[in-house]
This record gives sequence, C-alpha cells and structure tokens, in this order.
Amino acid sequence: MSVNIVLLLVMGVMFAGGVYLLLERTLTRVLLGLILMTNATNLLILIMAGAPGQAPIVEDGLEPSAYSDPLPQALTLTSIVISFAITSFMLGMIYRSWKLGRRDEVLVDTEDVKVAEQPSFDAEDDAELLEETSEFLDEYEDPNADYEHATAINPSTGALPVKHQRDGSVRVRSQVGRQEKPIRGGRRAAQEPEEGEHPVGSSGHDDHLPDEDERAGSPRARPPRFPEQQRDDRRQDKRDDGPGARGRRRKGEG
Amino acid sequence: MDQGLVSLAPLAVLLPILGAALAFMLVRRPRAQIAATVSTITVTLALECLLLAATWDTGAVAVFVGGWEAPWGITLVVDRFSALMLVISSAIVLAVLVYASAQGVTDQDQGGPVSIFHPTFLILVAGVSNAFLAGDLFNLYVGFEILLTASYVLLTLGGTGPRVRAGVTYVVVSVISSVIFLIAIAMIYGATGTVNMADLAVKLAQLDPDVQMVLHVMLLVGFGIKAAVFPLSFWLPDSYPTAPAPVTAVFAGLLTKVGVYAIVRTETLLFPGDRVNVLLLVVALLTMIVGILGALAQNDIKRVLSFTLVSHIGYMVFGLGLSNVLGLGATIFYVVHHITVQTSLFLVTGLIEQRAGTANVDRLGGLARISPLIAVLFFIPAMNLAGIPPFSGFLGKVGLIQAGVGAQTTMAWALVIGSVVTSLLTLLVMVRVWTRAFWRRVEDVEHPPSKLVLAMETRESLLATAAPGDAGDRAERRAPAVTGPRGPTAGLVGPTIGLVALGLSFTVLAGPLYSFSDRAATDMLARTPYIEAVLGPEAAELAAMDIDELQDRGIVAPPDQENSGPGYLQPLDGADSEGDDAGTRPGGEVPGEPGETGDAEGGQP
Repeated sequence: MSVNIVLLLVMGVMFAGGVYLLLERTLTRVLLGLILMTNATNLLILIMAGAPGQAPIVEDGLEPSAYSDPLPQALTLTSIVISFAITSFMLGMIYRSWKLGRRDEVLVDTEDVKVAEQPSFDAEDDAELLEETSEFLDEYEDPNADYEHATAINPSTGALPVKHQRDGSVRVRSQVGRQEKPIRGGRRAAQEPEEGEHPVGSSGHDDHLPDEDERAGSPRARPPRFPEQQRDDRRQDKRDDGPGARGRRRKGEG
Repeated sequence: MDQGLVSLAPLAVLLPILGAALAFMLVRRPRAQIAATVSTITVTLALECLLLAATWDTGAVAVFVGGWEAPWGITLVVDRFSALMLVISSAIVLAVLVYASAQGVTDQDQGGPVSIFHPTFLILVAGVSNAFLAGDLFNLYVGFEILLTASYVLLTLGGTGPRVRAGVTYVVVSVISSVIFLIAIAMIYGATGTVNMADLAVKLAQLDPDVQMVLHVMLLVGFGIKAAVFPLSFWLPDSYPTAPAPVTAVFAGLLTKVGVYAIVRTETLLFPGDRVNVLLLVVALLTMIVGILGALAQNDIKRVLSFTLVSHIGYMVFGLGLSNVLGLGATIFYVVHHITVQTSLFLVTGLIEQRAGTANVDRLGGLARISPLIAVLFFIPAMNLAGIPPFSGFLGKVGLIQAGVGAQTTMAWALVIGSVVTSLLTLLVMVRVWTRAFWRRVEDVEHPPSKLVLAMETRESLLATAAPGDAGDRAERRAPAVTGPRGPTAGLVGPTIGLVALGLSFTVLAGPLYSFSDRAATDMLARTPYIEAVLGPEAAELAAMDIDELQDRGIVAPPDQENSGPGYLQPLDGADSEGDDAGTRPGGEVPGEPGETGDAEGGQP
C-alpha cells in the first residue's frame, strides 16, 4: 500500500491544530478545532484507501488493483455529512450561549462548585444533640435550644439572629432576606445578567439546578397561572441567595 | 420460518425513522403526534419481541440489506444479546414516551418546545436500534451518530442557560469520542480492508499483535467515553442532570448501555482473549468506587443518580473483564436490570420534581406523607439498585461476585470486594436521599419550595404552622379557592409503575433470564455462531482456529463451555444441565435466601 506523504503531513498538521484549538476555553475555537479534527479524520480515511486509480466502474481487461477503492469514499461522504450536521448544531448552540450569557466560553458548572465548596461539617447530620437531663422540662422549653443556635451559626458569616417564638419554635432570620427589595419587571429581567457580567447559569440566585420555580423563567414559559403564588415563589428564591444557606435553619416545634 | 421473521429486523430501525417523519408532519397537532409516536414504538416493540422469540433458540441470524452478501454489503446481525437489548430498550422507551407525553400535556411550561420532542425521540430510538443491530463497524458508527445527534437536541431542549452550558460539554466530548472511533475504523480498514465485524474477527487475528493492541485500545477508548467508564466519565454527571426528567431517564438507561454493548462486542468478537482484562478490571474497580463516592457528595437527586449510573457501569465492565461465561452472562443480566431500574429512578425523580418543585434533597421533605405512592415508587427501585436481596439488582451482583470468586485471581478478588463496598455505599446514598426527601418533616427543611409547602398544607388541610412568613394567613385566605398543586396524573404514574413492575419482574423471571443471558454469553465468547451466521461455516472454522492460536501465544482464550455454564460452582446441579439450570445460579450461592430462590424458580414457565 503506497501512502501519499503530503496528505499524511497535512493530516498530522490538521490534527495538531485541532487538538490545540480544542484545549482553548473559547467556544468558537473549540468548534474550529472540532472541524479541523473531523476533516483530518476524513483525510485519514481517504489515505487508507491506498493509491488512487480508475473510477470503480467495471471495465473489461482491468486488474482489480487498477480501480480506486470506493468504500472509503462512501465512508468519507457519510462522515462529512455527519460532521456538517454537528458543526451547524454547535454553531446554533454557541450563538444561544452568546445570547444568554454574552460569553463565548466553556462555563463553569455552578452545581459542581457548590458541591465542592460544601463544608464537610453538615449541621443536620453531624451536630451533637444535647441529652435531655431533666424530666421536668417546661412544656415549651426546648432541650435542644442550643442545637438551634449551633446549626444557625454559619461559620463563614458568624452568628445569625435567632428569634424565639412564643410557641417555642425558633426562627432564624436571614440577613439577605431582610435586604430584599421588591422586584419589578418579572423574573426574566431578574434572571438576565448584565452584559458581559455573569456567565450563563451563575446569575446570582441560580445556584442550584433549575427547579420548576425557575424553569418558569425560561423564555418559552407561559405567564404564571396564579400571579400571587408566583410572587411568593420569588420571595422564596430570594432567600436562597445568601452565602452558606446551609447554616441557616428555620425550625418549628411540631 | 425463523429466517423469514428475522429478515424483518431492518424494520426496527426503519419504523422509528418513518414514525419520526410522520411526527414531524403532525407538528401542529400534539395529540395526533403523540398517538403516532406511541403506536410506532409499540409496533417496534412487538416486532422486537418477535425477533427475540426467533433468536431465543437459534442464536445469531444475519440479514443482508439489499441482498449484498456479507463482506461487501451492509449486514444486520440479530443474536441473543442484541435481540434482548432491543426489546429492553424499546420497552423503556415506550414507558418514557408515555410519561413525557403526559408531562407535555399536563404542564407545558417545562421550558421546551414539545412539538420537536417526539420526532427527535424516535430518531434516538432508531439510532439505538441501529447500533444494536449493526453488523459492521461503520454502521455501528452511524448508529452512534444518529443517536448522539438526537441526544444533542434532546439535551438542550428549550435552550435555557444551564442546558446550553451542559450541552456544550456533552457535544464536544461526544464528538471527540466519535472522532476517536472513526480514526480507529479508518486504521482498521487500512490494516484489514474490511469493516464487517465478522470478517474482522477473522482478519484482525492475522495482524501483528502490537497493531492489534493499538486498534483494540483505540476502540475501547472511543466506546469508553460513551459508556462513561471512570477516567472518561467526567462528562456524564455534568450534562445529564440539567435535561428534563424523561430525557435524562432515557439517556441514563440507554445511551451508556449502547457504549457498554459496543465494548462487549469489541471484547468478545473482534479481540477475544484476555489481553486487556487487567486493564478492564482496574477501570471497573475505579469506576465503581469513584462513581459512588461522587454520588455521596451530591445534593440533587438527579446528580446523585447520574453518579450512581457511572458507578454501576463498573459492574458491567467487571463481568466483561472476567471474560468467562459466568461473568459475561451476569453482565448481560446486569445491563438489562440496570437499564430498567435507572430509568425508573429518573422517572420517579421527575414525579418528585413535579410534586415538590425541586429535586434537591436539601430542600425536600415530608414526601412520604404527601405522596405515599411516589415514596413506594422510589423505594423499590432504590433498593433494587442497591442490591437488597429479593430484587434483581441483588441477583445480578451475586452472579458477578460468583464469577469473580470463580476466577481466582487477585484482581478478581479486589473487584469482588469493591463491588460489595460499592453496593453498600449505594445503599447509603439511597438511604440518605430517602431519609431527607421522604422521611423528614417539611418543617425541618431549610427552604422548602413553595410547591412543597403548599402540597403539605393541602394535605393536612389545616394551617401549616411552619410555613414561612405570613403563609398561614395566605393559606387560610386561599384555602377554599385553590386546591394546591395536583398530584401526578395517571399518564405520569402509569409508566413509572410499569417500569418499576418490569424491574420487579426480573426478580421473578431471573431464572429464564439468567439462563438466556448465559447462553448469549456462551455464543459471544465462542464467536462461531455470529461469524457463521454472517460469513458461513468456513470463516467460523477459521475463527475457531484463531482462538486456538491465541492459546499458543499464551493468551487465555474463553474457557471450555462445558464447565462454565450456569451452576458452575455447584457440581450437584450438573454443568451439563440445560433445562433445570434456571434460577439456581444466584440463589444457590447464598444459603440464607431460600425465598428468593423459590421466587426465581416459581417464575419459570
């Protein structure tokens, strides 16, 4: 099998360039890298066809080796079509990403970051409960009032104000919740980051996977069915904003 | 007669594609579209059941598309393994499709154009079927591309921020794996001049061993990315959880298993022997342990499940890496079990999301009281996944462990220990989800989603004391007018129940299923039935000779078939017992489980 050294070199250069571009964080370059790599692969298939020859249409008196191999050409054609489809899809996706976040970059998975930043101490699982020593506790006295304090303290921000209700339940007021301002212009506006500011998926309150409350904010969503309930949702979401939401706790006596 | 029936095999690919075309035409009529899609899948499923029945006794049958004979034309091969995979995949797909249709009808604000969903879904099915049926490497590649392209669309449905972010990683990683696969195909073609897998099985053996190794490893890397084995699995938990529940369900159930299927074919048909077995076993161990440790750290149920998915791929690679009938048979059983269980778990997660508004365990609670049905539907597959005795997950794991103990190597023992540890950790993960999302009170939840609180309020039909802020007044004011979020509809619950029941039926039918998968494994390891079906008996003899040559070179070929069937470790049952072997295999190993053995045997027809 004879090999065309020029084609081989071109293929190598294309692969090298493709891999280099793939290692970039910019999506357009990643796309260019993919295009280079798929085309280099097509070239590889063609090289594997061996020496070029006659068109593969049977003629009398020709050796089988005189024809060029039609199969790799068919394979190349198929893979060209496939890479074309994928390139156009990627372009559409990159455009969408640009529209949403004004960033042409591979973005960080916020959920990953959240999991990574999670402290190994989980108040709910690991906090020590105090034993009840007295049999004659007041009905409304909570033997684990301290537990409430322990779990209400966020190690990064310090203690949060804890308010004891009259019925014995303990309520933690989050500071973020207090600073909340009424939002105008609907959720879409609240979700959309400022130009060039935030990557997609990290726009403040979006620090967890989109649940239904948030998916309602997708551009294709219908208007909320119960405006009243929707407003309530928004307030709920706002509470999530603060750092270390894990430390805060709202607990009833039940 | 069988031959005549099996020649309908191309319809398993064609029907979904035609159905997709029909569904595209019905874009403006959602109900007609749903009807068309569901009936297409139902017909496909029926056809595939016929294929399974036809291959149940005969084994591999080849179909030459367009009448072109084997090494030249496109060949579709139906053998026991692929027929089984086809049936299971279509059953899963049918359930998910009904679920998705119900979801699309009930609440369309899921952030996606529903009209595009059904046709794309059918194309995904066509790709999966094509990959299972493919008799040549390039057709396998095309099958992969069809299903991947459809999956790109499904994953980024609606084009919301998180989905586009996840989609970019997914697409780039998938394209790279495809490129690696294609390079391997090109090099294999350059080396042998054929892409037909049966032909390759004969011709690859004549190559230089080092060249073989390069081709082998390239194929494995390409498929390994798709199957999400450990070092190549990083993309999966990153991209799956953002998609809508039905999409994630079918991805988790099927797409990685197509990769596993391709690895099985590579290992058994193209490159037999134990050349990379140690590598496979190491990878399997790491996949199990790293995957499940990842699951422990997660808070979102979808992410937890994605990590357990990665972890349990390790079990399948484990059985494959043993490369004996016991191990491979258990792998086939495990694949079937895992497809069903993982899909049903994701569907239940969708129910949870629909009911409570989130799938984050930190924000969930009280679900066992709010919806006992969802609790049961979650509990059964969760315990099944963890491998609690009566369930099929236990039977699959016992089969694998039995094969590992039988292999008597250090690596196999490490895997046995690793799989037991992984099983326990899976149980821990599932119990964590259970205690948080289902057992704790809503009042203990930090930031319960409004939907959950509302559901609790309506459930208790009294003022919830722990509702945040002025929720008490509001609930009181609203109580007569609003009934709160409705429970899941029959269209959502029905398919989920169906899948959970299917998962349970594998327990009852474990006997026949195990003996079937063992026979499939025997066929695949012997290679001759497959090659004979495609190329005729001469090629099969050649392939059999290759296996003998392998042994001369010091590569351990598949063991003798006589002493490796079901009941390998129990001489009393008799290695030669073809008829009564069913059900004894996993049950016999564990003396403490008489009930389960009885179950398995009771299910025998």
